[in-house]
Amino acid sequence: MPSNEPDIVRFIQGNEACVEGALYAGVAFFAGYPITPSSEIMEHLARRLPRRGGKFIQMEDEIASMCAIIGASLTGHKVLTATSGPGFSLMQEALGYAVMAEIPCVIVNVQRGGPSTGLPTQIAQGDVNQVRWGTHGDHAIIALTASNHQDVFAMTVEAFNMAESYRTPVVLLFDEVVGHMRERMVLPRPGQIPLVERLRTSVPDGVDYHPYLPREDGRLPMSDFGGVHRYNVTGLYHDMWGFPSDNPKVVHGLIRHLVDKIENNVDAIARYKSYYLEDARTVLVSYGSTARSALHVVESQRRKGQKFGLLELQTLWPFPYDIVGEACGRAKQVLVVEMNMGHICAEVKKALSNPRNVFLINRLDGVFISPTDIRQALRLIDGRGV
Amino acid sequence: MTIRKYLRERFFPHMWCAGCGHGIVLNALVRAIESMGLSRNEIVMVSGIGCSSRITGYVDVHTLHTLHGRALAFATGVKLSKPELNVIVPMGDGDALAIGGNHFIHAARRNIAITAIVMNNRIYGMTGGQYSPLSGCEILAATAPYTTIDPSFDVVALSAAAGATFVARCTTYHVKEMIGILRQAILHEGFSVVEILSQCPTYFGRANKLGDAAEMLRGFKEGTVPIGAAAKQKHPELIERGIFVQKEQPEYCAEYEKIMQKAQGAAGETI
Amino acid sequence: MSRPKLKSFCIQREWCKGCGICVVFCPTRVLELDAQDKAVAVRPEACIACGNCALRCPDLAIQMEIEDNHL
Repeated sequence: MPSNEPDIVRFIQGNEACVEGALYAGVAFFAGYPITPSSEIMEHLARRLPRRGGKFIQMEDEIASMCAIIGASLTGHKVLTATSGPGFSLMQEALGYAVMAEIPCVIVNVQRGGPSTGLPTQIAQGDVNQVRWGTHGDHAIIALTASNHQDVFAMTVEAFNMAESYRTPVVLLFDEVVGHMRERMVLPRPGQIPLVERLRTSVPDGVDYHPYLPREDGRLPMSDFGGVHRYNVTGLYHDMWGFPSDNPKVVHGLIRHLVDKIENNVDAIARYKSYYLEDARTVLVSYGSTARSALHVVESQRRKGQKFGLLELQTLWPFPYDIVGEACGRAKQVLVVEMNMGHICAEVKKALSNPRNVFLINRLDGVFISPTDIRQALRLIDGRGV
Repeated sequence: MTIRKYLRERFFPHMWCAGCGHGIVLNALVRAIESMGLSRNEIVMVSGIGCSSRITGYVDVHTLHTLHGRALAFATGVKLSKPELNVIVPMGDGDALAIGGNHFIHAARRNIAITAIVMNNRIYGMTGGQYSPLSGCEILAATAPYTTIDPSFDVVALSAAAGATFVARCTTYHVKEMIGILRQAILHEGFSVVEILSQCPTYFGRANKLGDAAEMLRGFKEGTVPIGAAAKQKHPELIERGIFVQKEQPEYCAEYEKIMQKAQGAAGETI
Repeated sequence: MSRPKLKSFCIQREWCKGCGICVVFCPTRVLELDAQDKAVAVRPEACIACGNCALRCPDLAIQMEIEDNHL
């Protein structure tokens, strides 16, 4: 519904855009630990959450932060934590707990140079596979990203929506450039972006409630701690009442459920942006802040009459193989632009019948990859030297 | 027996060995809860991993069986997000004080109104009898075949130093004391620590030739004294039982309520 | 002040694991382990209703009802 009121325009960091998205989605509890380049997220929430009746706590480490948000989700709240590589590494065990126990929560990882302490204030995109497989055991995960602040806001809201829809942790995999740069963003109005609220059971007091029995539509209604249904939550394999079980039927059923609920919904979870793909002969695939440089190159090549296109991925996991295959299938060349050693490039190759025309254009030295870097790589790939 | 209403009877007989002290703790804990007439829907019991932490499976309240060492971190999220809940956290000795040590001292430091119960059998029972930071020196265990050289924590001193405002110690022999202490610990509006000396006859007892469960209980009877007993002067190796710390300090959730009021009163946005 | 009187006493055999704690600590030696290693009250008339067996049982297998005759 169009409004006569002027848009609220903010000129803010990406980290703050993420906070705006989280508040819009209804986040009510944050637990975290300071780490560059994500600390601004917690600083803004320290100020804004208590103003609206939400709770903020700085925990003693990232492990405690991830555990605390799981506890707060079980009392019925939308929850968030934010960190970077070293902290994200610490969170893996508890992240796996949230996967296994089907606890909605959102985790922001603002990527920086790794491994280890790496480059605290500089960009890399090296955590892509860690998000997918960082916690042990077979499992599925949802990971979203964005290249600009309007989309940081939108993907943050999406993350909360997907966490509730699929009863799962969702990782927002941003990067230091998007996190720290300042950019114009229009604050969406209340109601403009649909929100998915916590689905609570309608089973009344005294009737058997199964916390882990999916409905026909696949959703699992929850019941808040403190409510009328008392059940158990555990990281062990469990039956539909939440009690531990190592019965082979139960184990097989649960692990298939945990993976299928996400992997069978790849299309519903896929978010991406297409630029000039209809007739593109050279397709760039990129995500996060590097997609900005990739888009710049695509647009300047188009102005010269070159048939370039860009597929900007916003969902990294579950990887949308079909969409990538469709977008790149007719291209002569596919160039994956990312600041790591080819995490998404490897997935793109899996998606295409001719992986030999897929090339990686990257940078690993902490310096943001520029359109010039991409153009130079294009010349090399075309055999035209530097 | 009205305590039966607090038990998930369909899971009995429980998984603990014959004579395990943790069963006595379960017995005392449900009696303490029942004697206060607490509503089951208002209690959240959060445990870690280990024999001790299996206790949550047997109690008919909201139960959260978490990760090794992390029960207090999960519990902090539960309590701060919904302070009206009664949060009780039974943990093992290694669970609470080895891997969980950091969360233990910080929960104590915050003085958040959670009742931490350290079920101290001085061993890692579930994994087969490895020693713990509470085993103490000269103990035989699966990972100390030549005896331990690790001194033990003093749980009472550690808790008090970290800021806990209710600190007590009892044993599985002194069941009436244990029930009374658990009542007070749960009622206390701050971080309560109850260390319960418990017996593991299967690993700790067997490896160190301490006899069966009844003999180990007799050991608790003879090896401990009430706080301030004269016998402690003559026999410093005796362990004191009772309430060591019981004081009122600002409680974390109540303090955060004040922060929320301050934030909402400050000039600026109301959302 | 009259002594507490035992009203009813029950040992749940499926729960009892025969650890012997109740046997050892009964002040009037009411209890013994039977051939199946389950606790039984062999001398119920000697029971003084102290409640220690029920309180100390790790298996929560002992239930007792005590008549409240105290002043």
